[in-house]
Amino acid sequence: MPYAVSFQQVSRHFGTVRAVDAVDLQIEPGEFFAMLGPSGSGKTTCLRLIAGFEQPTAGHIEIFGETAEGVPPYRRNVNTVFQDYALFPHLNVADNVAYGQMIRGVGKADRLRDAEAALEMVKLPDYGARKPGQLSGGQRQRVALARALVNKPKVLLLDEPLGALDLKLREQMQEELKVLQKALGITFVFVTHDQGEALSMADRIAVFNEGRIMQTGTPEEIYRRPKTRFVADFVGSSNVLPPHVTQRLGGPAEWASLRPEDIHLGSDTGHEAQVSATSFLGSATRVTLDVAGEKINVLRPSGTPVPVQGESVRLSWPPEALHLMGADA
Amino acid sequence: MSTAATAVPAAILPGRGGIGGALSDAFWRKPGLLLFLMLTPPLLWLGVIYLGSLFALLIQSFFSIDEFSGMVVREFTLKTYGELLRPSNLDIIVRTVTMAGMVTIASAIIAFPIAYYAARYAKGRWKAVFYLGVMLPLWSSYLVKVYAWKLILAKEGILTWVLDKLHLTFLIDGWLALPVVGGNSLSLSTTGTFLVFVYVWLPFMILPMQAALERVPGNLLEASADLGASPGQTFRNVLFPLALPGVIAGSIFTFSLTLGDYIIPQIIGTSHLFIGMAVYAHQGTAGNIPLAAAFTVVPVVIMGVYLWLAKRAGAFNAL
Repeated sequence: MPYAVSFQQVSRHFGTVRAVDAVDLQIEPGEFFAMLGPSGSGKTTCLRLIAGFEQPTAGHIEIFGETAEGVPPYRRNVNTVFQDYALFPHLNVADNVAYGQMIRGVGKADRLRDAEAALEMVKLPDYGARKPGQLSGGQRQRVALARALVNKPKVLLLDEPLGALDLKLREQMQEELKVLQKALGITFVFVTHDQGEALSMADRIAVFNEGRIMQTGTPEEIYRRPKTRFVADFVGSSNVLPPHVTQRLGGPAEWASLRPEDIHLGSDTGHEAQVSATSFLGSATRVTLDVAGEKINVLRPSGTPVPVQGESVRLSWPPEALHLMGADA
Repeated sequence: MSTAATAVPAAILPGRGGIGGALSDAFWRKPGLLLFLMLTPPLLWLGVIYLGSLFALLIQSFFSIDEFSGMVVREFTLKTYGELLRPSNLDIIVRTVTMAGMVTIASAIIAFPIAYYAARYAKGRWKAVFYLGVMLPLWSSYLVKVYAWKLILAKEGILTWVLDKLHLTFLIDGWLALPVVGGNSLSLSTTGTFLVFVYVWLPFMILPMQAALERVPGNLLEASADLGASPGQTFRNVLFPLALPGVIAGSIFTFSLTLGDYIIPQIIGTSHLFIGMAVYAHQGTAGNIPLAAAFTVVPVVIMGVYLWLAKRAGAFNAL
């Protein structure tokens, strides 16, 4: 079985800007794949390369084993949920959802029935007669999803689809998207800058930075065993320790990642530190420590005692918590 | 504490003072007042002078002229409208409306690619070049342009000369031999009138079209392609419906300007009258103000019907 999407040394340059730079990428069929990275890291350009809105400057792209270079978007069985939804303002919701089938020449009754079924799937039945302008952001998002899914694409691309929603709605949609993806078995490629979203939803994640993929792996791998200090810092805001600090804390002279929630605070054993700040996060409190001039964050779960600013504490961690990333990560 | 307090600015600042300060405060509290003051003069102008004279014109069209004395009889009658519907006058109306329709369609076809380029691709300096290119012809006198075209289209003009050098004179001769559109030379044919109308009114089609196309988000075109639509299908189903209000706005300009113009068909074209020329002749030399007024009512009614049809066809749904 070929990969759903495969990039071989794909680059996309805009003048001197290397938006995507020699990227290798394999996405399995039926996978929920997240592309994670800060803005400008090339993840959206990768998505647009799959959709066909951009052509690679160099390299080779295959979609289900077929060459995709030079193939226009309208000949790719790939659909996109756009960041700002891109619903057609002059068409009502049902006609928006039925657009793909209308283009393919499906009869009016058939395509409107399918559209209604798709709207039901995204929990918006009886909204067909409204115009996109009359919907809330969350509803538009669902219409955009229905409009893409009704075409039964081989790959569904989602470009930060939850970015404009409020927290509550976002969490609800994350859950629904995951359920929907498992039920339909369609390959989802999801672009996001929100590491929490990527970790909770994806089967595998590719972390992008400056047009390159830093690391690809399961959420667990990315979180537990970051390969570079960028990944460690971007995913879950780990404490990234430069080699000399790692050495001082009893490790080898290598870059290391130490998760804030893995650190124990006590008063008798471990390295000495001063509390320089605390901030309450709700489910936990983040304690910022000064360890011989180096800042280290520690998370204290809600309910545990929190030291106050200026207090002296001792910190320790289980040996496996200190994740080493090499001398030049 | 008290010394520190003097250094802290007051929470409420004192009034700015003077008439200006009092006025800005008053306008801020009553925004409607400012709106009223700003809108009254133009509304008076529009309401009294413009609409008032239009109304006076409408009344005139219900008067008639005494055929013996040549005096206007100020009594309500439909006699003038009866006169308007005589075959010779109907001819004028049909000719003018057909011309206006053709000019509008041709302008829309020529304007679309230009407006599309300007809206989608032109950036920075090229955008300035676009605006300059479209507006520049509007800076020179309309009469100069029309007379320039008369020279271009004349029998001894540059167009004939170029075609002659290319041994293509037969094209122009063949076209001029056709009925209705033909004539002695391009500058004395309906074709010439049409060409000059299109040239002169084209900017009025390009600009609203470009404004409408500019408001169509690029990702809608991408979404359409993503859903399987070829460029042609995207044009028909997304781009054109969304640009339609701009096309209608442009067509209102080209259509009504052609309906009312009386100079171009006088300088270029056949001796057949257009509505504007008929109005000019009736209110001037003939002194038949009621018939001139009735002729003027025709474009107003046609534009009204046109807008009503456009609205019914859903042209403004995307607004």
